[in-house]
Amino acid sequence: MIVKLLSGDTPRSKILGAILLMILVALALAPFLFPGIRSVDTAARICVFILLVASYDLMLGYGGIVSFAHTMFFGMGAYGVALASTHMGRGYDALIVGAVAGAVLAAVVAFLIGLFSLRVRAIFFAMITLAVASAVAVLVSQLSGLTGGEDGLNYQIPRELTPAFKFGGEVMGVKLNGKLLNYYLVFGGSLILFLVLLRIVNSPFGRVLQAIRENDFRAESVGYRVVNYRTAATCISAAVAALAGSLYAIWLRYVGPDTVLSFEIMVDILLMVVIGGMGTMYGAVIGATVLVVAQNYLQELMEVASNSVEGVPLLPQLLDADRWLLWLGILFILSVYFFPTGVVGRLRAGK
Amino acid sequence: MSAAPKHAPTMAKMSFADKIGPWLPMLLVPAIMVLGLASIPSMSSWLTLTVSGLAMGMMIFIMASGMTLVFGLMDVINFGHGVFISVGAFVGVSVLMVLASMTEAPSLVLNLLAVLLAIIAAAIATGGLGWAFEKVIVKPVYGAHLKQILVTMGGLIVVEQLIVVLWGPEEIYILRPQALQGAITFAGAALEKYRLVAVAVGLVLFLGMRYVLRSTKIGLIVRAGVENGEMVEALGYRLRLVFVGVFVAGSALAGLGGVMWGLYQEVITAHMGQQMMILIFIVVIIGGLGSVEGCFIGALLVGLLQNYIAFIEPKAALISNIALMVAILMWRPQGMIPVVKAK
Repeated sequence: MIVKLLSGDTPRSKILGAILLMILVALALAPFLFPGIRSVDTAARICVFILLVASYDLMLGYGGIVSFAHTMFFGMGAYGVALASTHMGRGYDALIVGAVAGAVLAAVVAFLIGLFSLRVRAIFFAMITLAVASAVAVLVSQLSGLTGGEDGLNYQIPRELTPAFKFGGEVMGVKLNGKLLNYYLVFGGSLILFLVLLRIVNSPFGRVLQAIRENDFRAESVGYRVVNYRTAATCISAAVAALAGSLYAIWLRYVGPDTVLSFEIMVDILLMVVIGGMGTMYGAVIGATVLVVAQNYLQELMEVASNSVEGVPLLPQLLDADRWLLWLGILFILSVYFFPTGVVGRLRAGK
Repeated sequence: MSAAPKHAPTMAKMSFADKIGPWLPMLLVPAIMVLGLASIPSMSSWLTLTVSGLAMGMMIFIMASGMTLVFGLMDVINFGHGVFISVGAFVGVSVLMVLASMTEAPSLVLNLLAVLLAIIAAAIATGGLGWAFEKVIVKPVYGAHLKQILVTMGGLIVVEQLIVVLWGPEEIYILRPQALQGAITFAGAALEKYRLVAVAVGLVLFLGMRYVLRSTKIGLIVRAGVENGEMVEALGYRLRLVFVGVFVAGSALAGLGGVMWGLYQEVITAHMGQQMMILIFIVVIIGGLGSVEGCFIGALLVGLLQNYIAFIEPKAALISNIALMVAILMWRPQGMIPVVKAK
């Protein structure tokens, strides 16, 4: 049953399996295990990012296509929900319409970009997505009438998903309110979509994609239309990223360029995929969890380290809490060189 | 038995379209200027816009040329190219600040000398950085595009953060040297002096680069390397050394462009290179990856179009470059002047 649910792609390493199970349990029971606004927020962010990174991995790890527009697709889903909720009023219909519209738009845009670039050269795709994504980001912050510009949008979601809605008393000291339901919507949505992605990469389609990644020329001569497969992978990946964005928008009840469109998020996704392990869906789980936790708590650690070396020239600046990207960048380069298969690949190899 | 028909080969006459085909990209720049003239009512504002478009295009070309050559020669795609722009700008501006007595003097010679010193310092710094970048970051991932993109992106992040460590996170404002401030009036149009200087510098660099590539031995090796690297190596040339040289030169050019761009904007940030990368990618793609001439034409097109559109319809300027790229890729999917690869 479990093997079937995982589409036959088991962790294949005891340690990896144990870690994944721990993450799953921790996320499933997060509101009860780690009560508190900040930790539940972190847990929800982890859920969304696992999905987002997994969808990116479908493109990068399985398809061998580098895209820099993944935050754009993520943002399309988020803004879809935000705009629908703003204009249609609060309600589930608005959430559904927004999410579907965002996903469809993302898939269409991905198809168009793919049409222009994948046909010629896979590396065109990386450059064109970077250009298009930055143009869209600028456009969103300029069209303030529609998108709220830099300030973003605040909107109402159905009352059952907000802290104001209470049902029953307390369980294990946690108030049963709409925020809890909202968390489980995000968790459940991410889990289901993650399993769908797992299903996709372990289907014949996923196998062909891997073949193309390894040797596109040979895949073409065996009779697979490389461009079609690549474009399809891009579209699926974009649509799932948009859905992840919708979940995030439902959780935050706010969207803005910084939270869903910024280039920093794109860098985060890259780091998560590479550190977790390209070409394995489980890498996304590990990468997203480690990075999000690190982002939230590592900065404080660096603050302490920076203060402790005060007086030494340059070191305090290097250890400044805002410079954590420097260290992650170095880690990123090292992991591309030395552990191209990431944490998951290492664990599987050393079983 | 009838005799074999007489062998009479005829050469089909080239149609007009075939003849003009290779020249079409060159005609695009004047064409877009004429279009601009037609859609902008006043002649003097057209002149101002054209000069600033050309200046912008020249600066983009300076920054982009290294990247396109590096790709053409070694099939290396450097996403970290933009960071050389930032480093160049920061080094150059620091030098200009030290030379404040020269930049504040109202003498054109002293001012130009200060800018020249700043440019030289920036080019040396970014050239050195480029050398290190090639050794540490790019060399281990030859031949693997995916890894190149990821690793050079990582390099971009790291160096950008180092800039912040060294120069602080705030943007730095810089005034142009005294004699390069303000504008001159020509035919009723105000032309900023600095833009004229930028156009001149860009043109000199383009012609210089063309001369090196077309008329010197090293240029011959580089061009041959772009077309068929294996053959050049078989003839006994160490293409790797040539490549390192081109990488360093390209980085130095990016640094030079960074100084010029910083003075043009009068403000520099650690992110400026990353922002410029977007325009550079568009230019390199529409020009044809690996082609210097294509890159030059693409840069001028982007610069002119951006300035015209910003005047006619400011909101559309944001997507005009993307539209240009889409249009050109529909016309020629490999870019305007595709590089012939004998592989």
